[in-house]
Amino acid sequence: MGIIEAILLTVITAATPLVLASLGELVSERAGVLNLGVEGMMVMGAVLAFAVTQATGSPYIGVLAGIACGALFSLLFGFLTLTLVANQVATGLALTILGLGISGQIGEPYVGMSGIKLQPIAVPLLSDIPFLGPLLFRQDIIFYLSIALVFGLNWFLFRSRAGLKVRAIGDSHASAHALGIHVIRTRYLAVMFGGACAGLAGAQLSLVYTPQWVENMSAGRGWIALALVVFASWRPWRLLAGGYLFGAVSISQLHAQALGIGIPSQFLSALPYIATVVVLILISHNRRMTLINTPASLGKPFVPDR
Amino acid sequence: MRIELEKRANPSTLYSILSPFLALGLTVIAGGIMFALIGKDPVSALYSFFIEPLLDIWSLHEIAIKAAPLILIGAGLSICYRSNNWNIGAEGQFIMGAIAGAIVPVVFHDWHSPLVLPLMLVFGMIGGALYAAIPAFLKAHMNTNEILTSLMLVYIAQLFLDWLVRGPWRSPDAYNFPVTRDFAPEAILPELIASGRANLGFAFAVLAAVGLWLMMRYTLKGFEITVLGQSERAGRFAGFSSKRMIWFSMLLSGALAGLAGISEVSGTIGKLQPIISPGYGFTAIIVAFLGRLNPLGIIAAGLFLALTYVGGEAVQLTLSVSDKVTRVFQGLLLFFVLSCDTLIQYKIRLVFSRIGQSSEGGAH
Repeated sequence: MGIIEAILLTVITAATPLVLASLGELVSERAGVLNLGVEGMMVMGAVLAFAVTQATGSPYIGVLAGIACGALFSLLFGFLTLTLVANQVATGLALTILGLGISGQIGEPYVGMSGIKLQPIAVPLLSDIPFLGPLLFRQDIIFYLSIALVFGLNWFLFRSRAGLKVRAIGDSHASAHALGIHVIRTRYLAVMFGGACAGLAGAQLSLVYTPQWVENMSAGRGWIALALVVFASWRPWRLLAGGYLFGAVSISQLHAQALGIGIPSQFLSALPYIATVVVLILISHNRRMTLINTPASLGKPFVPDR
Repeated sequence: MRIELEKRANPSTLYSILSPFLALGLTVIAGGIMFALIGKDPVSALYSFFIEPLLDIWSLHEIAIKAAPLILIGAGLSICYRSNNWNIGAEGQFIMGAIAGAIVPVVFHDWHSPLVLPLMLVFGMIGGALYAAIPAFLKAHMNTNEILTSLMLVYIAQLFLDWLVRGPWRSPDAYNFPVTRDFAPEAILPELIASGRANLGFAFAVLAAVGLWLMMRYTLKGFEITVLGQSERAGRFAGFSSKRMIWFSMLLSGALAGLAGISEVSGTIGKLQPIISPGYGFTAIIVAFLGRLNPLGIIAAGLFLALTYVGGEAVQLTLSVSDKVTRVFQGLLLFFVLSCDTLIQYKIRLVFSRIGQSSEGGAH
């Protein structure tokens, strides 16, 4: 394998959790719910995926556990913001704080334990293509899922009737409600989808990216995922591009450190965060574009009138 | 069964007083269940978590030490949140305040003067305010979401501090440990009373909270904050500028977080090291909400959350429970506070009948 292939492989591994977590958040925000708890759901998915993998010996059951855990954990957020109409920003923060706390406690016995890596699956024939084969067709199941989700969601949101309803709710929950669309029920499903995706992203971290458990191992990726949704102006395709861009930035610091460039490692580690800020500035300074793209009832509470 | 909300004609005064206590009660119950789940006797665990620290002088001082930054930051954040500016990067402003304040005792360590300490405190506030000025500028003039930018700046501040204490500011006589030189005695924040370690930081915190409470209650600025927070449009008709409010609230909360940072470093730690905060900037968000975004309530809330830190350390010693339990308690508390706050604006009804379920279509 050439050096370029090796680098691209690490970019894919770094980008996959970002793509997954932000895809989930994209659906939730398209339905008008701003869930700032991505970081918390992600880290919960990571610890549970690791723990279940250790208990069962099968990383596949671990992946399922991560997904289920993320979805269940997001229900907590859903109950507060949708049923009890609590402030979405504050509740999302609460979810992140709680997730970091609980995962630290669950994960304590697993610190320093070596994990079981999710093995790649080679697609017959396609994986033999030179260069592209090993990159795209000799990957683990989570990578395939992330790509399938980009295609699937793009179709769902813009080509299906259910997707149209989701977008209608996000743009005007009052009108959608008047048309007889179940606003709260749909939002619950969207939030749970977001949680499942964040949980899957977490499972990727503890089973593929670094197959071990480290406290706070999501390291701000949940927040970067939130920024990515804005960057992608709520469109799956742009999100895929953005995710890979950020994957490349965050992995470039490791390669730069390996090459021994004379820049302190802390500055290189800060790169993804700086890049996030810069990208947010570039995207949002055009006020009109932001206004057009943002789901109009994003973050606003909805109480059905009776 | 499902839950239905009915909007009250007026916010309930009863529940706005009761809801924090309701939330505390629920947190304690949930905490007891959690202790039982990890196989500890819930009653004795809760006792050593919440009651024991209140019974000796040493722990009371520890509570005051930990409450100081929580109250300082929380009071500043309450102004932000009331005016609808979501500064969640107080942790970064805390660190930058500590760094800016430490310039005096670390870089100019040969300069001895009674002016050292006041200068440090002023530098600390400026450092925190300048760091908060970044998301403020970006929100006011570039239309960039302050939640994400202020949070990203936390990670950047942590890495910057890490670089400083391992690189240019590392003490020449610390045997390669990543710490700066110890602060000289005149750069240390004095203790409040002779009986223990609690320092002037606590006095700053109470003063700041009371000051902000007076501002919110008796000044036009306080009114402006409330109006702009509730409706930007209404505020504009009254001639208030939401841009200026972004600057005001962010700089204010940044300065207070910076003051908390330098007070912590100067009063409690006595030098800079890679980690100077157990997440005060994030816990202060919980403090702000538990205190109902009221600076006086925040004093009480800050003391309570300080108790969870000290209680967490206590159960770690007596019951060998991980101190991570503190973070769980804090997260649960915020959840319960937010859910109980629903009771202020809404009546909650449990609906059991199946007939009511068609009401979502408007048949009620």
